[in-house]
Amino acid sequence: MTRSTASYGSGDGATRMTGRVWIFGDDVDTDAIIPARYLNTSDPQELARHCMEDADPEFPTKVRTGDILLAGKNFGCGSSREHAPIAIKAAGVACVIAVNFARIFYRNAFNMGLPILECAEAVRDAHEGDTFSVCLETGDITNVTQGKSYRAAPVPPFMIELLRSGGLMAYVKKRQGLESRS
Amino acid sequence: MPMTLAEKILAAHTDRPEVQAGELLEVRVDFCFGNDITAPIAIKAFRESGARRVFDPQRVALIPDHFTPNKDIASAMQVKMLRDFAREFGIPHYFEVGRMGVEHALLPELGLVLPGDVIIGADSHTCTYGALGAFATGVGSTDLAAAMIRGTTWFKVPSSMKFVYHGRLKRWVGGKDLILYTIGQIGVDGARYMAMEFTGPVIEKLPMSHRMTMANMAIEAGAKVGLIAPDEITRQYVQGRAQRPYTFFASDAHARYEVVHEWDVSAMDPMVALPHLPENVKPVTELPAIPIDQVVIGSCTNGRLEDLREAAAVLKGRKVHSSVRCLVIPATQKIYRDALNEGLLQIFLDAEAAVSTPTCGPCLGGHMGILAAGERAVATTNRNFVGRMGHPDSEVYLSSPAVAAASAVLGRIAHPDEVR
Repeated sequence: MTRSTASYGSGDGATRMTGRVWIFGDDVDTDAIIPARYLNTSDPQELARHCMEDADPEFPTKVRTGDILLAGKNFGCGSSREHAPIAIKAAGVACVIAVNFARIFYRNAFNMGLPILECAEAVRDAHEGDTFSVCLETGDITNVTQGKSYRAAPVPPFMIELLRSGGLMAYVKKRQGLESRS
Repeated sequence: MPMTLAEKILAAHTDRPEVQAGELLEVRVDFCFGNDITAPIAIKAFRESGARRVFDPQRVALIPDHFTPNKDIASAMQVKMLRDFAREFGIPHYFEVGRMGVEHALLPELGLVLPGDVIIGADSHTCTYGALGAFATGVGSTDLAAAMIRGTTWFKVPSSMKFVYHGRLKRWVGGKDLILYTIGQIGVDGARYMAMEFTGPVIEKLPMSHRMTMANMAIEAGAKVGLIAPDEITRQYVQGRAQRPYTFFASDAHARYEVVHEWDVSAMDPMVALPHLPENVKPVTELPAIPIDQVVIGSCTNGRLEDLREAAAVLKGRKVHSSVRCLVIPATQKIYRDALNEGLLQIFLDAEAAVSTPTCGPCLGGHMGILAAGERAVATTNRNFVGRMGHPDSEVYLSSPAVAAASAVLGRIAHPDEVR
């Protein structure tokens, strides 16, 4: 199944990306992604400074723009805090590939314009530091380091619609005819 | 086509006679809300959209409960955003400290969330109202912003899992133990994306507060909603509170369930979830002596009056162990007042427990009871993730109010019968 061209979030736009991967385990919860003690702000840069801190205290200093985050099953379980995808995106992570995602995180990631894909095989084979190449339009994932290719589960058409609109708020604006107002 | 309870409620909020699991729908929202952590992002998104009004000010609530009473300047600024937004857009359901409560205890208490509703809240424990037979689920802030503007949201219709509980519960065993047992059986992703439906003779007799505890933790199994079909117990709870008309829905006889679990729970002992996942569940009777430093009795999971009564029954005439700090947090002002009038607060104070004004505070490691490195807590809350209640090297054990109270007295995790 082929994906439509999608423009993500507020103009990031990239649908092809290449980056080095960081690997996390199963059931990574939202308290690990961004601990509640930092939720007295929603400033993306401030949140990014503590991204994944309780899972790997070094992560915020190690991660580079364009890196790709890999994880096991049920990534993002726990709270509904949108700060979680915001923190990951602001830390520079280009895409999250997991075996699967917790429901609210999945929804929040699309609403925030953080690309996410589900692909158990790609996660299973990967070693930390491998270089991945991802095409969101097709769902194709390549582990460049190992020379292996994968195809991610397709994104439902309705989600593509949201992404095409540039995230949920842009979608709502379009539907409400609010764009013309200041 | 026969429909499940979840499908029926969703269908009733579209213009279609029936819907099926897997379909994507835009549905009308009866009520939506956010708190002091999630609403600020929703408010920013709302303002950036250029929207000039909320779809219906009566159907929106803003509840500062997580870091309140404001713990620091940054939290105070977030709460002020809620207060200013409520004033500007004429939203009556903004609850200031002194009138507020933990959102998932407060909204049902006030009759603002009702059977048959579709409710979204920017908080994962919004699923609590499934106990009333409402399709209620947690969403992110952007979803809340969109719902505040349009009065609608989109859902994928979830498939359903049915849980049938048979038998008779032993003394000191209740809703918390049933849901911990259930999560222990199916895992923290066992109901991912699905509707859990709690049924059977045990549920039919289960009081509303215990039903709310069960529905509250459906998210801890990854579920979208945790539902209980409304009945006479629901009617008694809702009567006199409801601020709008409401509808009772029930699953059709031949509705399709992805999985059915049937358990006889007659022999079940009180359950404890060990660090660091709510699925890591063991009967309290099988645990070794685990010394503890703190007990928290409260939260959206177990901060209702019945929960405080259960804790007081154990603590009455006894003292909290000298090496333990015990925090009791009534979930709303009304619960606080009722507990005062019933003499429960006297029991807690005599036991040398601290009684706090309503707040989510310690449950999420926000404030009002943070753990140091190496410290261990028994809590009636809902999550025991790494660092949930404070330092990443601290530990949280989840239990019922009775087990938490017994543990407070004995200074180790204990069965209530061990307290003599």
